[in-house]
Amino acid sequence: MSILVDHNTKVIVQGFTGAQGTFHSQESLAYGTKIVGGVTPGRGGESHLGLPVFDTVEQAQQELKADATVIFVPPPGAADAILEAIANDIRLIVCITEGIPVQDMLRVRMELNRSSSLLIGPNCPGVITPDACKIGIMPGPIHRRGHVGIVSRSGTLTYEAVAQTTAVGMGQSTSVGIGGDPIKGLDFVDVLEMFLADPETESIIMIGEIGGTSENDAARLLQDSHIKKPVVALVAGITAPPGRRMGHAGAVISGGEDTAAAKIEVLRSAGIHIAPTPADLGTTLQTVLRG
Amino acid sequence: MNIHEYQAKELLKSFGIPIPRGVVVHSPDEARDAAKSLGGHLFVVKAQIHAGGRGAGHYSGEPACSGVRLVKTPDEARTAAYEMLDRTLITRQTGPQGRVVRKLYIEEGCPIERELYFSMLIDRAERCIVIVASEAGGMSIEDVAEKMPDKIRKVAIDPALGLADHQSRELATRLGLHGSQIHQFAEIVRSAYTAFTTLDAALIETNPLVVLKDGSLLILDAKMAFDDNGLFRHKAILELRDPNEEDPREQEAARFGLSYVGLDGTIGCMVNGAGLAMATMDIIHEEGESPANFLDVGGGASKEKVSAAFRILLGDSRIEGVLVNIFGGIMRCDVIADAVISACREVGLHVPLVVRLAGTRVEEGMALITNSGLNVIVATDLGDAARKIVAAVRARRTA
Repeated sequence: MSILVDHNTKVIVQGFTGAQGTFHSQESLAYGTKIVGGVTPGRGGESHLGLPVFDTVEQAQQELKADATVIFVPPPGAADAILEAIANDIRLIVCITEGIPVQDMLRVRMELNRSSSLLIGPNCPGVITPDACKIGIMPGPIHRRGHVGIVSRSGTLTYEAVAQTTAVGMGQSTSVGIGGDPIKGLDFVDVLEMFLADPETESIIMIGEIGGTSENDAARLLQDSHIKKPVVALVAGITAPPGRRMGHAGAVISGGEDTAAAKIEVLRSAGIHIAPTPADLGTTLQTVLRG
Repeated sequence: MNIHEYQAKELLKSFGIPIPRGVVVHSPDEARDAAKSLGGHLFVVKAQIHAGGRGAGHYSGEPACSGVRLVKTPDEARTAAYEMLDRTLITRQTGPQGRVVRKLYIEEGCPIERELYFSMLIDRAERCIVIVASEAGGMSIEDVAEKMPDKIRKVAIDPALGLADHQSRELATRLGLHGSQIHQFAEIVRSAYTAFTTLDAALIETNPLVVLKDGSLLILDAKMAFDDNGLFRHKAILELRDPNEEDPREQEAARFGLSYVGLDGTIGCMVNGAGLAMATMDIIHEEGESPANFLDVGGGASKEKVSAAFRILLGDSRIEGVLVNIFGGIMRCDVIADAVISACREVGLHVPLVVRLAGTRVEEGMALITNSGLNVIVATDLGDAARKIVAAVRARRTA
C-alpha cells in the first residue's frame, strides 16, 4: 500500500507538448510511471513521446480512462486546466504550475468542493510512490521505497526530506508536495489522515513554512487522532524578517499564529518532534524511531 | 504590488465609491495652488508613501511633525508641504529607516461625525474573500484586534454566490449605521467587491470610512494591494508601480524573475525554492553567522537569471561569502552549474563560494564545477554546505 498513487495509476499530461511537459513526462516515463497520453488544445491526433495527444481532456478520457492528470499549463490557462480535469471527473489532479492568480484558485476550490476529485498543488513538485509512480517534477533517483510518509509545503525542502531519509537507509512510502500557494488542493490535514490510515506508512515527516495556519490544524489532527505514528516536523523561516505581509488586515485574520516560532510551539505541544535544523530531518526521525 | 493612497482612491472612485476631492502635488507652490483650487476652509495634507500609520508617524529628527496635517488656508498648505516633502517619514510600517516623501495629496477637509474601519481581503483559511469591519475606525486595526476584539466584524463572501446585499446591510446595522446610511454602505461594499474581483486585488483597506455630519458616507483613506500573479491581465495597474517605493536590489531581481529580500548578514545565498531558501537562512543562523539575503532563483532559471543573481549578491559590499544551494527538480543541476561558472568568470569572484548541488542531473553538474578550474568549495549536503561557508568566511576574516 501507499497513498494516492501506485504502480497501477494511469496518468495523462495537460500541457503535454510544451518544454516542461515534455521534459518531465520523459523523466516520469523513464521512472516507470504509466503515462498513457496527453492534452494540448489544437494538437489533437498527433503523437508525442510515442503517446497520443488529444485536444481536450474529455476526448483523452474517452480513450484512455486515466486515474490521474498532471498539469504543466502556464499560469493564464492553468486554473481552467484544473477545472477541465474536475469537469471530467479525474480522481487525482496534480498541478505543477507556479503563479496562478489567487482569485482563479478561489473558483477552482469551489468546483473542487462539489466534486470527488482530489487536487495536489498548484505550485508544487507533485506526488511520488517510489519504484511505482512519479507524477511531477521531483528527481526520481533520490527516492527509495520505504515506510516514511512525507508531506511538505515547500518543493525543494521535500527533496531534502527525501534525500535525508534515503541517506539514513529508511525510504519513503509516498512523498507529497502540497505546494505553497495560499489557496490550494490537499492540505496537511488531508494528507496526514491518509498517512495515518496507510499500513505501509510507519512514520511521518511534515515540512511547514511561515504564513497561514495549516500547520496548527495539522497539530490538532495529530493530537486528536486515535492512530499514533511518530511525526517529525520542520517549519522553515525562523530567521525570515517579519512585516512582509499585506497591510494591516492580514495580521487580523491570522491572529499572529503564522510565525515559525508560534507554529513550532503548537507542533511541539502536540507531541510532534521538531528537527533542530533543516539538515537533521533524517537523523531526528532515526533517533525518534530508535526510542 | 502596492500603490499609493491617491491612486487607490482614483481607482475606487472609478468603481463608484465616494471619495473627497483631492490633488497630487510635488512642491509647496503646487500644494498652495491645489488648496486654492479646492476652495473651503479646511485641507488635509497627506504624505504619499507605501506604508500605513502615517498620521501617527513622524519625520526623522522632528518627532512633532506627522505624515498627515490639517491646515486652514492655502498658505498653511504651502508651509506644511515645505516641511513634509523630500524628508524621511517613519511609521510603524516603514521600519526605523523610514521612507522619503516625494508626493503629497491635498484633500478638502470634511466635518466628520463617526469613523469606521472597512477592508476586504482573501482569507486563506476560509478560502474566500472576507470583509473585515469595525466601528472603531481611524485607529490601527491591529490595536483594535488586540484591545477590543469584539469590535472586529468578519463577513465571509461565498465564492459561488458572490456578495449578497443583505450581508452588507446586516454589517451596516452591526456597525451602528441607520436610515439611508445602510444603503450607502451596501453600495460602497458592492463597489469595493466589484473592484476587488475585477482587478485581482489582494487587499482593499479603508481606514477611516467616515459618516459626515450630513449623514453621507465617504472613504477618507484607502490602501490597495494586488495579487502579483494576477498582474499579467492588468497592464493599467502595472503602470501605477512607483519604483521609488521599492528596494533597487529587489527591483533588479524582479526584472529577472528572481525573488530577493535584502537582510543584514554577510553570507549571500542563492537557492531554488522559497522553503529551501528560508531553510538555508535558518541553518546559516544556526551555525552562528547571518544570511545577507533571501534569494529564490525559482524553477526554470536561465544563464542570464543566474548571472543576474550573482551580480546582485556580489554587488552587496557587506558580502563575505556566497552559498549556492540547489536541489534540482524542475531545475537541472547541469544548467545551474554552467550558469554559476560563467557568472563567476563574468562577474569576478572575490569571496569564498560554496556550491551544493543535488537532484536532477547532479553528476553532470558536479563534473562541470570540478572541471571548471574555479576556486569553488564543493559541499555534499545542506549541513555540510552551511558548515563549510561559515568556516570559509571565518578563515578569511582572520587571515
